[in-house]
Amino acid sequence: MNLISLISSKRVGKPPIIILAPAIGIGLVMLLPLSYLIIRGMDASETTWELLLKPRTLVTLGRTALLMFTVTLTSVLISVPLAWLTTRTNLPLHRMWSVITVLPLVIPSFVGGYLFVSALGPRGLLQQALSPLGVDRLPEIYGLAGATLTLSLLSYPYVLLTIRGAVRNLDPALEESSRALGYGTFQTFVRVSLPQLRPAITAGSLLVALYTLSDFGAVSLMRYKTFTWVIFQQYESSLDRSLIALVSLMVAIIAISTVLIDIYTRGKLRYHSVGPGTARTPTKRNLGGWKWPALTLMTGIAMASIIVPASILWYWLVRGVSAGEPLSIILHDTWNSISVSMLAAVTTSILSIPLAIMIVRYPGRLASLIERVSYIGFALPGIVVAVSLVFFAANYAQPIYQTMWLLIFAYVILFFPTALGATRASLLQISPRLEEAARSLGYTSLKAVRSVTIPLAGPGVVMGGSIVFLITMKELPATMILGSLGFSTLATSVWSAASEAFFAQAALPALVLIAVSSVPMAVLVAREKGDFS
Amino acid sequence: MNGFIAKGFGALAIGMMFLLGCGDSSNDSEDPASTVTEVSPGNLVIYSGRSEKLVGPIVNQFQEATGINVSVKYGKTGAIAATLLEEGTSSPADVFFAQDPGGLGAVANNGQLSPLSSTILDKVPAWAKSDKGLWVGLSGRARVVVYSTQNGVSPSDLPTSILDFTDPKWNGRIGWPPTNGSFQAMVTAMRVELGEAKTKEWLEGIQANNPKVYPKNTPTVAAAAAGEIDVGFVNHYYLHRFIAEEGEGFAARNHHLTSGGPGSLMMVAGAGILSTAKNKSNAEKFLNFMLSTVAQQYFTGSTYEYPVIEGVKANPLLTPIVDINKPKIDMASLEDLAGTQNLLRDVGILE
Repeated sequence: MNLISLISSKRVGKPPIIILAPAIGIGLVMLLPLSYLIIRGMDASETTWELLLKPRTLVTLGRTALLMFTVTLTSVLISVPLAWLTTRTNLPLHRMWSVITVLPLVIPSFVGGYLFVSALGPRGLLQQALSPLGVDRLPEIYGLAGATLTLSLLSYPYVLLTIRGAVRNLDPALEESSRALGYGTFQTFVRVSLPQLRPAITAGSLLVALYTLSDFGAVSLMRYKTFTWVIFQQYESSLDRSLIALVSLMVAIIAISTVLIDIYTRGKLRYHSVGPGTARTPTKRNLGGWKWPALTLMTGIAMASIIVPASILWYWLVRGVSAGEPLSIILHDTWNSISVSMLAAVTTSILSIPLAIMIVRYPGRLASLIERVSYIGFALPGIVVAVSLVFFAANYAQPIYQTMWLLIFAYVILFFPTALGATRASLLQISPRLEEAARSLGYTSLKAVRSVTIPLAGPGVVMGGSIVFLITMKELPATMILGSLGFSTLATSVWSAASEAFFAQAALPALVLIAVSSVPMAVLVAREKGDFS
Repeated sequence: MNGFIAKGFGALAIGMMFLLGCGDSSNDSEDPASTVTEVSPGNLVIYSGRSEKLVGPIVNQFQEATGINVSVKYGKTGAIAATLLEEGTSSPADVFFAQDPGGLGAVANNGQLSPLSSTILDKVPAWAKSDKGLWVGLSGRARVVVYSTQNGVSPSDLPTSILDFTDPKWNGRIGWPPTNGSFQAMVTAMRVELGEAKTKEWLEGIQANNPKVYPKNTPTVAAAAAGEIDVGFVNHYYLHRFIAEEGEGFAARNHHLTSGGPGSLMMVAGAGILSTAKNKSNAEKFLNFMLSTVAQQYFTGSTYEYPVIEGVKANPLLTPIVDINKPKIDMASLEDLAGTQNLLRDVGILE
């Protein structure tokens, strides 16, 4: 029985053209930024190469890799308990917590970094609060510690959301067996549920690691010099395009290597149930006396990652308005943000389905090659991807240049892996035998995929789409560079104001950004609840 | 679904055209004289490396005054310059409005700016424009030392030259943004005025005093007010923004380095016209407008910058321009930042 299902979980042979063609198309599109970087990198002079081939570059590489590791580890440690508490226990107000804990994802990192510095800096708000106790100065947060803290608190929802998408597909029968065999709630979680969540955890971790690689806002404010810092330093002043290209290529190589680590550690395990019968709705564990520690943990994370930042924004708003700062109506920006983010979310999550099916059902060299390539756009700094699309579109695709279509295209390149990870993780939990059954009943393989696999993978696909929605809401460089003339969103108006120290005028769109983003999350969570009961 | 949306949009477009058409014809019948000589004032596309919050209001005034249909792309100066470089001859932009001479220099060096007419160039003093006549400064910002009143620093504690901050008594008390374009322009000015060796000596002297590094001006000024640093090397106008937000209680102030030299450099934000501009005459109108008394008063009144034309007084909140002992350095000599970056890398300040 085991043997048979192990063989049949990986289908032999070629994927149908309806899967293959879009998957290859995605791969080719993802190569656009890379080919731009190679074109520009070839212009590099000897001095540029010399600049790069110095021991200092190795130090930067080490620093970059170290930060990727610390942020990923911290994010997983935050997300696993949060995911379990909000989905599988009777945690009070679990729906509210479910929404609140993913919201840090919409805080742009240049705002988040600034807020963390003003809260936790040596003479920040925390120090002021502690000053009656005689605390004159807090230890410096700058460097690895500050960068890790900021990036983890802003990006842990990548892991949290992917886990939540997968938890819902877990078959409670396994956990029940475990408990029947004498394991307690906690042991069951660690020994039975957690291993099943491994694909979701690694998919989310990969996103966090690559996001860390691409981030500039937080590392610059926390004074931690990664490769992206080097790239932005060029955009700030002398604009040596060949140097930018070479450093970006290194970022791409790091990204591909990271994805390789993930692909190899993912292994050949099976994550779907092989026995007969369907998964039932899991029962929620009673936290009992653990309720209060659990609530304390939730409150602590929520305070640090969203409540304190939002409160500082609110404080800026009130302070500025009382000092007579004018506020403008931002209805138009709000509409722009929502509509492009929705379009990006729907497009990206639909496009992720063929490649995800190919990776899970028809694994092989081609599938893993396309998968690796598809992560490059996410790992490169947004400005590099945007400028590469300027090069192609302004010169070879003028009709779509500076239109919404190119912008959505850019979002797909930038955020594709977030959707792919969630879709893939949920497909892994679906037994291919269900499709086989459908085919044995006379369905074509395409129809089987459409009527069996996709509906079952639905929650994962929707979860992927919602991640894309949230991060498109805060996207800045591509929106500014590729948006049509005069196009502005909440994120661009936050930047426009914050960069010139108009704090009150930055706070309003930032708060609207957070509030608006919580709506789709609330809907999603409410729907989840409906499914459970 | 797609078909439905397309049909919807189609119907909407036809409806709009119908409505607009009706509007026009009714205007005609009411006032036939107006249709005879009216010529459309046309379009203008501006790429702005300056934030909408700073220049949006004056761009709107220009649009209202001239009737020209202005579209603006806002972004960071570096990102906008990179966009222009990649667009090359396909660029839809007419005007590039940049935060600093560095961004203009990068686009000019790629042969993408066209020489300006003498009516525009003559309005601006020689120090504030490109030596080849490719761009002009539109507003000035002074390099200053922001000091922390939170930490009880008073102007009498401060030296009159930036060179004196290498004194060990400033150890651990300085903040600076070494990646910032204006900061690098100041170092470039120092290289021009004092030579490579002296500039390197100064950079190493400051490094020895363990300066705190900030990504740009705003957090440096905030750090001074929070008492995280005693002094910071920044542009002058951010302080005034903070005071506008937080009131007079904001715990930092500006200090001008009166003995002159690169520490009291006056920088400009400026603009040039793209050589591929499709609306050249409107672009010229725009630059002329930006150099008018109205626009120059807007800059000094609302964004706390210095006017660049004669006859407009600086905002009374600012130190008068005559009291700033600015060095005699042309902005054009600050365009090329590559040498400065190499020096900063040698000293280990940049990566």
